[in-house]
Amino acid sequence: MSVDSEAGHAPMAPADPVIVVRALDKTYASGFHALKNIDLTVRRGEIFALLGPNGAGKTTLISIICGIVNPGSGSIAVDGHDVVRDFRVTRSIIGLVPQELTTDAFETVWNTVSFSRGLFGKPANPAHIEQVLKDLSLWDKRNNRILTLSGGMKRRVMIAKALSHEPRVLFLDEPTAGVDVELRRDMWAMVRRLRAGGVTIILTTHYIDEAEEMADRVGVINKGELILVEDKAVLMHKLGKKQLTLQLQPPLDALPDTLAAAYALELGANGTELTYTYDTQAQRTGITSLLRDLGQAGIGFRDLSTQQNSLEQIFVDLVRKGA
Amino acid sequence: MNLYAVRAIYRFEMARTWRTLMQSVASPVLSTSLYFVVFGSAIGSRITSVEGISYGAFIIPGLIMLSLLTQSISNASFGIYFPKFVGTIYEVHSAPLSYIEIVMGYVGAAASKSVLVGLIILATARLFVDYHIAHPLWMLAFLLLTAVTFSLFGFIIGIWADNFEKLQVIPLLVITPLTFLGGSFYSIHMLPPLWQKVTLFNPVVYLISGFRWSFYGLADVSVGISLAATLGFLATCLAVVWWIFRTGWRLKA
Repeated sequence: MSVDSEAGHAPMAPADPVIVVRALDKTYASGFHALKNIDLTVRRGEIFALLGPNGAGKTTLISIICGIVNPGSGSIAVDGHDVVRDFRVTRSIIGLVPQELTTDAFETVWNTVSFSRGLFGKPANPAHIEQVLKDLSLWDKRNNRILTLSGGMKRRVMIAKALSHEPRVLFLDEPTAGVDVELRRDMWAMVRRLRAGGVTIILTTHYIDEAEEMADRVGVINKGELILVEDKAVLMHKLGKKQLTLQLQPPLDALPDTLAAAYALELGANGTELTYTYDTQAQRTGITSLLRDLGQAGIGFRDLSTQQNSLEQIFVDLVRKGA
Repeated sequence: MNLYAVRAIYRFEMARTWRTLMQSVASPVLSTSLYFVVFGSAIGSRITSVEGISYGAFIIPGLIMLSLLTQSISNASFGIYFPKFVGTIYEVHSAPLSYIEIVMGYVGAAASKSVLVGLIILATARLFVDYHIAHPLWMLAFLLLTAVTFSLFGFIIGIWADNFEKLQVIPLLVITPLTFLGGSFYSIHMLPPLWQKVTLFNPVVYLISGFRWSFYGLADVSVGISLAATLGFLATCLAVVWWIFRTGWRLKA
């Protein structure tokens, strides 16, 4: 299955596309079918989160767009340019922070970031490199060899390298994997600053809260298939189930059979908590009738609250369905 | 042409040379000096001359060629293998670079290093023996051509290798024996007739012969054939590199 948000029902207007992937298929020499007929459009200036379990095809997709892996069939355009035919244009637009911490251990921070800028065909610009290093709290470490840095600092160096040539599209492949909470927050702030500056961000992550916190739109990939692309808020509204929790007074030993059969109820916390799960998209939520039936059954409660599904639950549900 | 990238790769690779000066420059100079001491002075003092050239002076082109070949191969193979090994090659693949520019950066740096080592050895030789260079421009031409050709060959080895052992196999087990048996320390005319013919199958013979001709005006094989053989090997290496980048062999999945 392939999903194209613009062909679907995203609430946002089909804004200026910066990446357009069409019918992309990739099978490795080993025979592993990594990507299956992927259609995807990423809009200029958005933060797009690509979610998926290990081996789903996230890194393969990114690697093909960036030129690291040969494409199979299909086409990819970045800013209107084909990534194979016009690779010089597309690659100069793109910055990539790969998943692995791969650095030139014996080089200094300044030299390795400056090297990256040159590699991408840009003349030396010490002022820009200085700004990038300061933004990433690396300025004090600029003369340090990379091997002397902590894992978190190395991750910052990777980001600095990717930003050295002022890319307009930035791929972050699991950028916060293995970093501490403070650094994660710093990186989120940096991503927001970049987006505010007009950079399109494509983010893959295992941390669903990261996508929930950062993304404008979410794509879910599983077993090489893009099973969903949706505006994050719409997705959470559409697929998010809500739960009504009643604090029972007095506690119940067991639910009456009639109620258990009629509603999706769960009794917990030693009979003091009754949870009702309902679909926000359904025509009737069933809350009114449930409360009425509880009253008729003589079940009282002293408090109630509602809670919406997180993106993580939505993601798990989607991947399970595809399994 | 992305000249900024070529320069970035070149400077990055050369920076490694300056960082590891002892290994990159001092080590080959020392080992070659030892050859001069052992073969030139100790053993060479018992050989009056070869084809009218003092033995110490006769072996200079061969010794430079020995270092040039091994240095070119090891510099270039390590230069491309190391980013593959540590994973930083992703950056080269994702940069707006054609394969020609990648080769220019890596092979250019490797060839520069080995030419530098060759010239230092030439200068060092002056401390041990007196020599003259009959055709200095041709000497430089052979030096550059051989350095570029074998740096390309090393580049191919670096892409082919998937472990450090493979990186060493060709230089140690193929190039060094061929150089020793290719007339570094003797003229092939000193061999029995059969071995003279067998030796002609050794490609290094043509390199050393041409290079020695640029020094002393005498050669084991014609200079034209030496030049053609070197250019032929250069063309072969270029064709292999072109194929590697076209197919992504051992570089891209």
